[in-house]
Amino acid sequence: MSRGPGIAIAALGIAIIGAVIWASSTRDAVDARAHAEGRVELTVFAAASLADVMEPIAEAFESAHGAVDVRLTYGGSSDLAAQIAEGAPAEVFVSADEAQMAAVADHVSGDAAVVATNTLTLVVPAGNPAGVRGLEDLASPGLVSVICAPQVPCGAGTAELATLAGVTLTPASEEQSVTGVLGKVASGQADAGIVYVTDIARAEGVEAVEIDGADAVVNHYMAAALTGAREPGLPALFVEFLTGPEAREVLAAAGFGTP
Amino acid sequence: MTGPRWLAPLAALGGLLVLLPLIGLVSRVEWPRFWELVTSEASLTALGLSLRTAGTATLVVLALGVPLAFVLHSLRGPMRGIVRALVLTPLVLPPVVGGLALLYAFGRRGLLGEQVGGSVAFSTLAVVIAQAFVAMPFMVVAVESALAARSGRHEAIAGTLGASRTRILLRVTLPALGPALATGAVLAFARALGEFGATLTFAGSLAGVTRTAPLEIYLAREADPASAAALSLVLVLVAISVVALAYRPLRRAP
Repeated sequence: MSRGPGIAIAALGIAIIGAVIWASSTRDAVDARAHAEGRVELTVFAAASLADVMEPIAEAFESAHGAVDVRLTYGGSSDLAAQIAEGAPAEVFVSADEAQMAAVADHVSGDAAVVATNTLTLVVPAGNPAGVRGLEDLASPGLVSVICAPQVPCGAGTAELATLAGVTLTPASEEQSVTGVLGKVASGQADAGIVYVTDIARAEGVEAVEIDGADAVVNHYMAAALTGAREPGLPALFVEFLTGPEAREVLAAAGFGTP
Repeated sequence: MTGPRWLAPLAALGGLLVLLPLIGLVSRVEWPRFWELVTSEASLTALGLSLRTAGTATLVVLALGVPLAFVLHSLRGPMRGIVRALVLTPLVLPPVVGGLALLYAFGRRGLLGEQVGGSVAFSTLAVVIAQAFVAMPFMVVAVESALAARSGRHEAIAGTLGASRTRILLRVTLPALGPALATGAVLAFARALGEFGATLTFAGSLAGVTRTAPLEIYLAREADPASAAALSLVLVLVAISVVALAYRPLRRAP
């Protein structure tokens, strides 16, 4: 879809202005301007799996930059990417994988940064009634397993992991999202599923069974400032903050790996 | 009956509200690839499953919804209102809530136990159950209103002539209810075809088994939006043709 050279020129202009201000200004300059003009809002679109960690990180960012209100919107990364492509007024995008960040490449200002990593794990109902011990159990006919569909990030990782392990999965259902897998396992409909390590902490009635060699498939969460910021430089500051020590601490506590 | 003139602009707005999204959908279809997209294996599998399950669900709704409407019609006093409200609940339930409720009834840990739940879980039967659950109210409402509009005079005459209750039902009442049955069946089929939330929550999503067209569209929208738009249009066309061909607004019995 081409919107003509006008948009591209405008985007380039904003990127240049943003880069100049970024280069010449500091946090203090942004804050000073924010104080002069009243409070500044920053709209952040983040992958739903980050919901629990983004709140405290946004609060820390707000207290470090007095006059900023971070507005968080969560959703599936591909939904958010589609909304950004359709012109949603997001200023920062935090995606659950590289593919969805690549999908909004036209709207990204500057470089995308890896903010966190995640690996896959088996999830079973509390008490592990079916006695699942490893990935190879998911190939046994008597076991009801659910995984993510290969079209979505967690499913792509699952397929890769199964191939590496030489296991042919026979899922009863290929869900649209991690939430779908967790729901089926927590309710006892399925004996086992595959989700991200950090999803377990957010779910009730389930427990994890480690997958041998899960480290071989690592999912990268990406963050990038988007074009069209209301407060030039602010989105880049937020992205920088996401890769900083305070954010890392919150992410690590929630089970995310940090790059 | 023609209303005052000021109704026209409001009607135009109402029409736009319904039409504009449909036009938006059409505008996103990649026409050169349309045929290729809707005849892809994934699309055909999902459409086939949708038509089979919605058809079965409609038969289930006919077989069970019509008796339900008769019983509802025969109730008197406050019971009638209470039972009617209960039967119509699926109409107003958010689909995900419907799915959870089905899970708690027919799931492996549901009311009917592991034996029944285990065989229903992730099967095509689960899809049909979900569709029949949400489509049932349409049949009950259609038949009950038609029954309410009947005087019962023909049935009474047939009774005095010595016809049994079964004979009266089959030879007098049901034929007279024809239009209502058709309307109920068409609406139930259309609703079953569009069922999404309860199926996703309760039945899961596996190609050829539980992934109906709406679920396929939801999945494709992530990786292949063009395919999702094409399949959506097919679903819209099927729904419009079914309703246009068979739906007639209920008329008052003479």
